[in-house]
Amino acid sequence: MKKIENASQLDAYRNQCAAERDPDRAMIAVCTGTGCQAHGCDKVVDLLRSELKSAGLSDKIEVKTTGCHGFCEKGPLAVIRPEGILYQRVKEKNIADIVSKTIAKGEVLDKLLFFDSGTKERIKLEKDVPFYKLQERLVFGDNGYIDPTSIGDYLGIGGYKALQKSLTEMDSAAVVAEVKEAGLRGRGGGGFPAGRKWESAKNVVGDVKYVICNADEGDPGAYMDRSLLEGNPHAIVEGMMIGAFAIGATDGYVYVRNEYPQAVRNLQSAIDSARELGLLGDNILGSGFNFNIHISKGGGAFVCGESSALIASIEGEVGEPRAKHIHMAESGLWGKPTVLNNVETWANVPLIINRGAAWFKGLGTEGSSGTKIFSLVGKVKNTGLVEVPMGISLRKIIFDIGGGIPKNRAFKAVQTGGPSGGCIPEEHLDMPVDFDALTEIGSMMGSGGMIVMDDQTCMVDVAKYFVGFLKGESCGKCTTCREGLQRMYEILEKITEGKGTVADLDLLEEMAPVIQQGSMCGLGKTAPNPVLSTLRYFRDEYLAHINEKRCPAGVCKALTADAQA
Amino acid sequence: MSAESLSREVAALYDNNSANIIAMLQELQSRNKNRYLPRPELEALAACLEIPVAKVYRIATFFKAFNLEPKGEHMVSLCDGTACHVRGSAKILAALEGELGIVAGGTTSDLKFSIETVNCVGACALGPVAVINEEYFGELEPEKIPEILNRFR
Repeated sequence: MKKIENASQLDAYRNQCAAERDPDRAMIAVCTGTGCQAHGCDKVVDLLRSELKSAGLSDKIEVKTTGCHGFCEKGPLAVIRPEGILYQRVKEKNIADIVSKTIAKGEVLDKLLFFDSGTKERIKLEKDVPFYKLQERLVFGDNGYIDPTSIGDYLGIGGYKALQKSLTEMDSAAVVAEVKEAGLRGRGGGGFPAGRKWESAKNVVGDVKYVICNADEGDPGAYMDRSLLEGNPHAIVEGMMIGAFAIGATDGYVYVRNEYPQAVRNLQSAIDSARELGLLGDNILGSGFNFNIHISKGGGAFVCGESSALIASIEGEVGEPRAKHIHMAESGLWGKPTVLNNVETWANVPLIINRGAAWFKGLGTEGSSGTKIFSLVGKVKNTGLVEVPMGISLRKIIFDIGGGIPKNRAFKAVQTGGPSGGCIPEEHLDMPVDFDALTEIGSMMGSGGMIVMDDQTCMVDVAKYFVGFLKGESCGKCTTCREGLQRMYEILEKITEGKGTVADLDLLEEMAPVIQQGSMCGLGKTAPNPVLSTLRYFRDEYLAHINEKRCPAGVCKALTADAQA
Repeated sequence: MSAESLSREVAALYDNNSANIIAMLQELQSRNKNRYLPRPELEALAACLEIPVAKVYRIATFFKAFNLEPKGEHMVSLCDGTACHVRGSAKILAALEGELGIVAGGTTSDLKFSIETVNCVGACALGPVAVINEEYFGELEPEKIPEILNRFR
């Protein structure tokens, strides 16, 4: 393939890609995200291809292997386009019928359709399934249409248009202004306005600057970044390119978890194909803008999600955070001005440039514009990734999209914000979800993990689980974090063993602000949240463990009936 | 291949630049049949990069990805992320430990299996989930464990 040297060549090639891919063509899009792989989608795809071939239908319909569609609970998923019929839980034994009935004759197989347990009806189209219907899949939606390893697929749906617009119709100041005006806040946890970071980095004078994509998705219970990287890597590449152009960076790094091999492979393939086409490299689209992206594989340390620890790790040091008296925008990677945003944040950038800040601001709430991808997991019927506008209520997400609690058990709490987020009780379910509202009630947005808990979840055990996680991941630099979390863990362990006292609860509450204020980075500053929020909303459960030597949820081994018998 | 020539080869892959030390250690470990970093290789790498062994050791012990002890042929990584935790990963761990006669972090004496618990493998919808040699096993129940392990025996 000849390199693309200017905008008109890119237009021509994009048009060619689009023409080769009629949006109304017959296609069966099989999700090959990690969730569906665990359900055995690879065998489904192989069998589907061979059955179509032997039925002589290979030319009639294209089999597209895509990234994650989000409805992981019901995998393997297959969507038959252009009708948009959703077949779920597709097994190898169903393939013969799909080919001979649906594809050959257009008959819909009822048993593979989604069954709505509320209305007792089977739903034919993907877009009508409640799980999808209430979502606004702007960032995540393309996953279901493109082969992540094909740059042609990405171009065919208008890919790299935002880059082209930035380079040819805007200047760097206009790009920064647009992102700032859009009010895009960091999707990785902190919620810091991306435009402000960009502006500071742009204003620093210097020849060498960097952009970094934080793909060290370490929050247990969150996997949207993985699914974006695996399913639509070019969107992240394009976002980073626009950011680099805006601040004047020549190199970008993606710091990605080594535990995500598929994400690394798809991202590498996206970078390689963009480079082959001349979209990465020197003098991109003849604009004089030079940019390259490198992948840095993480060593498996949660604290490396913290920006200064992440940078230390790229530099080949241990991932210990540093005090941030000087902003990353002035002195980041190798002491150069650096902008670091997370995967989902970068993926939002092309949308903002294409559709404008005003459009983006029209989504979500005043302080939190746009959409957010949540991973809705735990004790909820429709587990998966959901993208919704900011400001939607927790109840809508959990009960309307998520379908409520399995086996009709009672809802107890939803935990948001990763290990250092908080547990939110029923009384706050109608609150609009955005960065500020979650912080107000003692939790946080974090990277968008949403773990639903029912009456069989013990809140003391949950607090112990998170503190145990964080104490293991504390890098050990700050004493309050290293020793404080250890002590908190010991106290919680004592309570779950039925050896706690009421004075222990006071001690936990006394220690919390010391850990928060005495620790340098976000890990320690937020680590007591799970303890504080469970004490705030579920104190009675702590007291049952202490006073009655009873675990109401029946989780804590030492206090269950078997142990006492 | 000797530890020296192996380290030289791996260091050269990454421009002999000690900033790439994490990638070098990952490469060394992935080439080792028992996926660990033997001490002679750490020492050889340090010599090759002209940095103190202590620095290499510090990196190798800070990051969870690195093992200093040999691991079994089949690595059973049980997810203990939040979603899996609330769906009962503790019971799965007990079943794995009982079946293999080792505890999490351990390796069977025939170097066939290792068990580790990991924070989140990003397949929360399938919880509780375990990964064995890059293959995902979801919606686990304690009763399913012997059958799954038998496939690798």
